[in-house]
Amino acid sequence: MKEDIRNKLQNVLEDRVFHKTEDCISYGYDGSFGQHIPDFVVQVQSTEEVQSVVRIANEFNMPITPRGASTSLSGGPLPVEKGIIMDFSQWDHYLEIFPEDLLIKASPGVITGDIHKLADEHNLMYAPDPSSSSICTIGGNLAENAGGPRGVKYGVTKDYVLGLEVVTAQGEVIQTGGNTVKNVTGYDLTKLIVGSEGTLGVITEATLRLIPKPLATKTAMILFDDLYTAGKSISTILTSGVRPSKMEILDNNALNRVEDYAKLDLPREASAILLVEVDGDPTILDKELQTIKEALLQIGVDKVDIAENKEDEDKLWQVRKLVSPAIVESGYTKISEDVTLPLSKIPDMFKKIDEIKQKHDLNIVVFGHAGDGNLHPTLNTNMRDQNEVERVEDAVEEIFSYAVQLGGTLSGEHGIGTMKRAFMTKELGESGVQFQKAIKTALDPNNLLNPGKIFPIAGEERLVLRNE
Amino acid sequence: MIDKLDYQATFDCVQCGYCLPVCPTYIAFKNEKHSPRGRINLVKLVAEEKLEIADMEEGIDLCLGCRACETICPTNVRYGDILMSAVEVIKENKDMTLKEKGIRTGAFKLALKNKRVIRMMNKGLYFYQKSGLSKTVSKSGLLKPLPKYNDLNKAMPDVILSERITNNINPFRKKDIQVGFFQGCIMDAFFKRINDLAVKIMEKHDVQVTNIKKQTCCGALQHHAGEHDMTVVQAMKNIEAYEKYDFDYIVNTIGGCGATLREYPKLFEEGSVWHGRAVKFTEKVRDISEIMSMLHLEMTEPVNMNAVYQPSCHLEHVQQVFKDPMNMINNVPGLKYIDMQDKSLCCGSAGVYNIVHFDESMQILDLKMRNVKTARPTLIITSNPGCHIQMQLGLEREGMSDEVLVKHLVEVVAEACNIS
Repeated sequence: MKEDIRNKLQNVLEDRVFHKTEDCISYGYDGSFGQHIPDFVVQVQSTEEVQSVVRIANEFNMPITPRGASTSLSGGPLPVEKGIIMDFSQWDHYLEIFPEDLLIKASPGVITGDIHKLADEHNLMYAPDPSSSSICTIGGNLAENAGGPRGVKYGVTKDYVLGLEVVTAQGEVIQTGGNTVKNVTGYDLTKLIVGSEGTLGVITEATLRLIPKPLATKTAMILFDDLYTAGKSISTILTSGVRPSKMEILDNNALNRVEDYAKLDLPREASAILLVEVDGDPTILDKELQTIKEALLQIGVDKVDIAENKEDEDKLWQVRKLVSPAIVESGYTKISEDVTLPLSKIPDMFKKIDEIKQKHDLNIVVFGHAGDGNLHPTLNTNMRDQNEVERVEDAVEEIFSYAVQLGGTLSGEHGIGTMKRAFMTKELGESGVQFQKAIKTALDPNNLLNPGKIFPIAGEERLVLRNE
Repeated sequence: MIDKLDYQATFDCVQCGYCLPVCPTYIAFKNEKHSPRGRINLVKLVAEEKLEIADMEEGIDLCLGCRACETICPTNVRYGDILMSAVEVIKENKDMTLKEKGIRTGAFKLALKNKRVIRMMNKGLYFYQKSGLSKTVSKSGLLKPLPKYNDLNKAMPDVILSERITNNINPFRKKDIQVGFFQGCIMDAFFKRINDLAVKIMEKHDVQVTNIKKQTCCGALQHHAGEHDMTVVQAMKNIEAYEKYDFDYIVNTIGGCGATLREYPKLFEEGSVWHGRAVKFTEKVRDISEIMSMLHLEMTEPVNMNAVYQPSCHLEHVQQVFKDPMNMINNVPGLKYIDMQDKSLCCGSAGVYNIVHFDESMQILDLKMRNVKTARPTLIITSNPGCHIQMQLGLEREGMSDEVLVKHLVEVVAEACNIS
């Protein structure tokens, strides 16, 4: 049978079909955990090819997992039930801008950074800025509803999608939305598909909204003596009348790791630092930062350092950029989480993570997009130490549970995938999960599109990082 | 297998994929198996005995070893170490094909180790070119059985007859900086002129240059072929030879050899005596561009050309020398610098890669030449002999060799300094 499928796939895609283990195995991982081996990898490059592959999959009842650059941190592109990996990374040829309509149209394999560049050339901006934008594909961003630091002011991927072309589980092509910001014709299927992690349909083209590019940016670094004030300052800033374009926080652990790594003369004793960027007309940026400074003074925060020039501004952002390299210890694996909370609950979460860290004797640092409550507790783990891995699993579970308890969510921007599916019921409740499953069953009754994702598997009640 | 492969280092990889857009083989071959992330994963799975050695062979074999992935990697994965461990394991487990055997044994065991053989090679090449035979060969198609090597033949540089190494110490002149020169073997055989110019530039600017007799091949090509023991022997010879002198720096003009010299400590166990000696040696190793940047060069002659820079991968990604060559280029009077797209992408030369994997190498070269054509230079500046030949080859293949010159950075600076 495998031979039959291979022949049919090769009839459509010729040499863009991989079937040997040594090729397929390289399409069985992502930025999270687990190694799987798909039966086939197909490198699709047109809507017709996607349709043909979906029809072949239907004929042989074989699962399909769409995959972009596989930078996912939640297991989205993992072929957990084998089958066909539909690799979009080589379908990057179509990218067209319509500056007068403030639109960009792109094929799914286009790299997000290339969309940024093209928009920028026309004095426009595609706002979503996942930190992997130099490598990740727009298709993956759409499937996972990717976010980024600019989320606090500009929102996330779903806020910039006007329309999609989608191949259904049956191999038909549908259009959702269109080319306009306002569009209430029928259900908002665009928002249903965005963030559905490839489980409801396969995205083959996107129409994205652009906005005017801000003229300039200015950045301040704020130091805190205690975490509680740091947390409080986030709401203080956001209610001061200024709308920052980025607000990134680093806790004391993260700060010290960066200092150990890069020796930037950072204040090691600070409980946390906050990097705040404002953007827009250069003549008002100083005034905006001044407003923030005054608001912070009201709650006793007076250590505000404003970058005087571009060079100093870059230096400040260097601190944030260096977190990832700084926290990786040789031989240890970095596990990044992305719980998201109502802003007022951020100090509670910081406190809880510190407790968890002590209790399980783990190496945890916290940083993240403070302005939208999206934190990245990151655990450095020796994956060869069985006992430590189990403690990490416990710790992550406790962080998830507490986030839900505080009215937050399991995932702000990474997605559920395989990593967080065990906790879905905790956040959505049994009927909430059933309602979502009903949508899945209606659109993909044979469960061919990215099976094994999002929904909890019977009997699976905890996070498992161990790779068998 | 876990002990033989650098299994420990594979855990530093978080599979984020930042290496994909900078990997020439991933761009050219469009298969994740040919990406750093893919290769690291293959090595890890082989170490865990979940895959056979044969499963990683193609992926590892076709890696250029350019190490651009190390510069971009946000978690500092020691890709070079992982790669070399895999090359050694594959080599142990496989009888090399006859073709490779011919090329490799010839080159490594005899030629590179032995300065006399290299001088003979140099002589042979010199007379081959002087006698006009090279033109006859090129024109007559004598190389017909292997037509694909024809352009490579055209791309070979003119050779200057290499002389015995002379000791340049002049006791009557006290100089500010004392350097030991490292001439390299391919460089010395094919590009002796460039070494000579480098020495002249330094001497003109009050650097005391000494070329010592006991130096030998740096060991790069042996190392890349998985010949660990041979590499260690070469390294020990060189360390021994240079530590007898009190040099401020040990200078070379070859991105690739310099990288190997700078990685000598990795060949020895940490804490061992030889490791210590290697560290001391390595601390002094500098690329010629770093030395030239220290000097106040009298560049008076304009070089009126439009130039792109094709950096040596190992100069950038292993030696981490980025700024100094650019400083030099920007200071050459009359020279107009064009920033070529993806200039740091490997040209596909990569040691003996363009001989052992000719077709794949040409696929990578084609990517490079597309960017060269867009930039429309009249000069390509290089920093390594392998890249030099490969870029010349690219120009031959594109029929551009009449319009565009290839020069080592040293040649350009020498011209500006009126040194010939």
